[in-house]
Amino acid sequence: MNNVHRLRRTAGRVGLFAAALAVLLFAVFPVYWVLATALRPTGEIFTREPTLLPRTITFEHFERVLSGVLIPGTSFWSFLTNSLIVTLGAVAVAALLSLLAAVGVARYRFRLRSVFIVLLLVIQMVPVEALIISLFINFFHLGRTLDMELVNNLAGVFVVYVAVSLPITILMVRNFVNAVPKDLEEAAAIDGAGSWTIFWRILMPLVAPGLAAASIFAFITCWNEFVVAFTFLQNNTGAYTLPISLQYYFGAVSIEWGSIMAASTLLTVPVMVFFLFVQRRMVSGLTMGAVKG
Amino acid sequence: MTQTLERATTPDDPQGPRPRIRSKLVPRRRALAPYLLILPALTALAVVLLWPIVQMVWMSLHDYGLRQLQGQEAEWNGFAHYTAVLTDARFWEIFRNTIGVCLAMVVVTMVLGTLVGILLNKLPNWASTILGLGLMLAWATPVISAAIVYRWLFDTRYGLFNTIMSGLPDWLVGSGWEEFNWFNSPSTLFPILIVTVVWQSFPFVAISVLAGLKSIPGELYEAARMDGAGAWKSFWNVTAPMLRPLFALLLILQVIWDFRIFTQLFILAGGVTNREVALLPVYIYQLGFASTPPNYGMGSAIAVIMTVLVLAITAYYLRVMIRQGETR
Repeated sequence: MNNVHRLRRTAGRVGLFAAALAVLLFAVFPVYWVLATALRPTGEIFTREPTLLPRTITFEHFERVLSGVLIPGTSFWSFLTNSLIVTLGAVAVAALLSLLAAVGVARYRFRLRSVFIVLLLVIQMVPVEALIISLFINFFHLGRTLDMELVNNLAGVFVVYVAVSLPITILMVRNFVNAVPKDLEEAAAIDGAGSWTIFWRILMPLVAPGLAAASIFAFITCWNEFVVAFTFLQNNTGAYTLPISLQYYFGAVSIEWGSIMAASTLLTVPVMVFFLFVQRRMVSGLTMGAVKG
Repeated sequence: MTQTLERATTPDDPQGPRPRIRSKLVPRRRALAPYLLILPALTALAVVLLWPIVQMVWMSLHDYGLRQLQGQEAEWNGFAHYTAVLTDARFWEIFRNTIGVCLAMVVVTMVLGTLVGILLNKLPNWASTILGLGLMLAWATPVISAAIVYRWLFDTRYGLFNTIMSGLPDWLVGSGWEEFNWFNSPSTLFPILIVTVVWQSFPFVAISVLAGLKSIPGELYEAARMDGAGAWKSFWNVTAPMLRPLFALLLILQVIWDFRIFTQLFILAGGVTNREVALLPVYIYQLGFASTPPNYGMGSAIAVIMTVLVLAITAYYLRVMIRQGETR
């Protein structure tokens, strides 16, 4: 009797671990396959009998990607620079604007407050993919009016990224401002602190983690963005961001799988690093009140 | 404050009503502050998102192509785009495919994610941590990288999947895998698209469900056990009701994200020119930019239909969010 019970429990545990192993393999294998392909010599990539482990490890694809010229006048480094400029710039501006707006919404009661919040929620639902045509045409006309080209220019992409990041960052930062007790500010005011001091000494230290989480969130979104960059920058290869540059490894005749996997690895690393920091907040930020604790 | 009071009590003020105006001015200036704070964000949103929504609706009701882009007056055409779209068999095929593919992605993601969340909760801590890290790898992979590696795994000539399948005995998986092309027809491309998307999105559901499960007090399960409930019963009577709001949110988020799939399909189908395989976002692109001549009006009409659809589906979620936003 006891033996049967123990056997069943062991079988249950084995089943549990087998399932965990299967899920782990499903999740990790494609990531491994990117790396394994990037590290193989070309001859080993194009074979009918691929091996699980690379027989020879080579960094030739990484070297090719880092030193090579994909399209005349461009390089991996120029794409990386473009991506960094537009992403970091947009995140910095979005962080500043969302801090201001979040304080406005969380600390003041004004007539259009709920209208503004509802607007943020609704706008967040509208997919950029649906807006892409009118975005393009608006920026085309706006550029003509301002006498600068916005659609073949990183500036246009930058402005779109700022706005697209705003709804979620404002809502996330607002939650953090709400969490700062008003008594704390009132006590400081009684002690004679001006509003500027209160902002920097009391509010900022407590809101900073939320601002950081929202910024990393926005960074990941902008860093990975494809449709807007692809549409806006089509005729200006010099302004390409990393994600849209990757598709140019798909040649007309063949695909340079080694190089594309190396480039793909390089694109992934920054996101993975940030993800480690923000993963928990990402879950709680997105599911907000639905999970307690 | 003190300044205002002093001024208000200054007797030799030449203008009588001035003090009263000042005392009114103070609260008004404070009332202006929140507007100044939201103004920069509101401006960016208005220029980049609100105005294009208006423009999208306007263009969908006009003939708008290359000439209009160059500055020619656009002509009102009533609802011609909409009648053309809604009577087009191709639109309805893409519409059905979009709904079907989206539904499959959402269902598989939710079921798999929930099961893995429960699994994470049952595993000992060390195993749960390892699996959690593995899930993060899939989740954090940029969308474009994910699409590219799946394209490679299912590559016609050198893809790992075809090699494995042709290595397996024919009675099990059939034959003809050596040069099987997955990317040309909807019936073989969409399953890969679904796997690609599910692979990236189930970790988020799993981690959220784990967080939800951990927030349920253990006493509830103990009480259920005392009442003689087994694992199955306590799941339906304790876990499911406790996590219902979480499931509602996860479901809606998945629908929004899966409805707008563009990049993965772009990479798997090798661009937007393949007319055989399209979902609504790609179809918008095909009609707007990739057709000759570009037909921005027609693309906009489809975009309006898609936006209305997304907003209709998310109305419930919006209501919940708005209720939360008001009470805080």
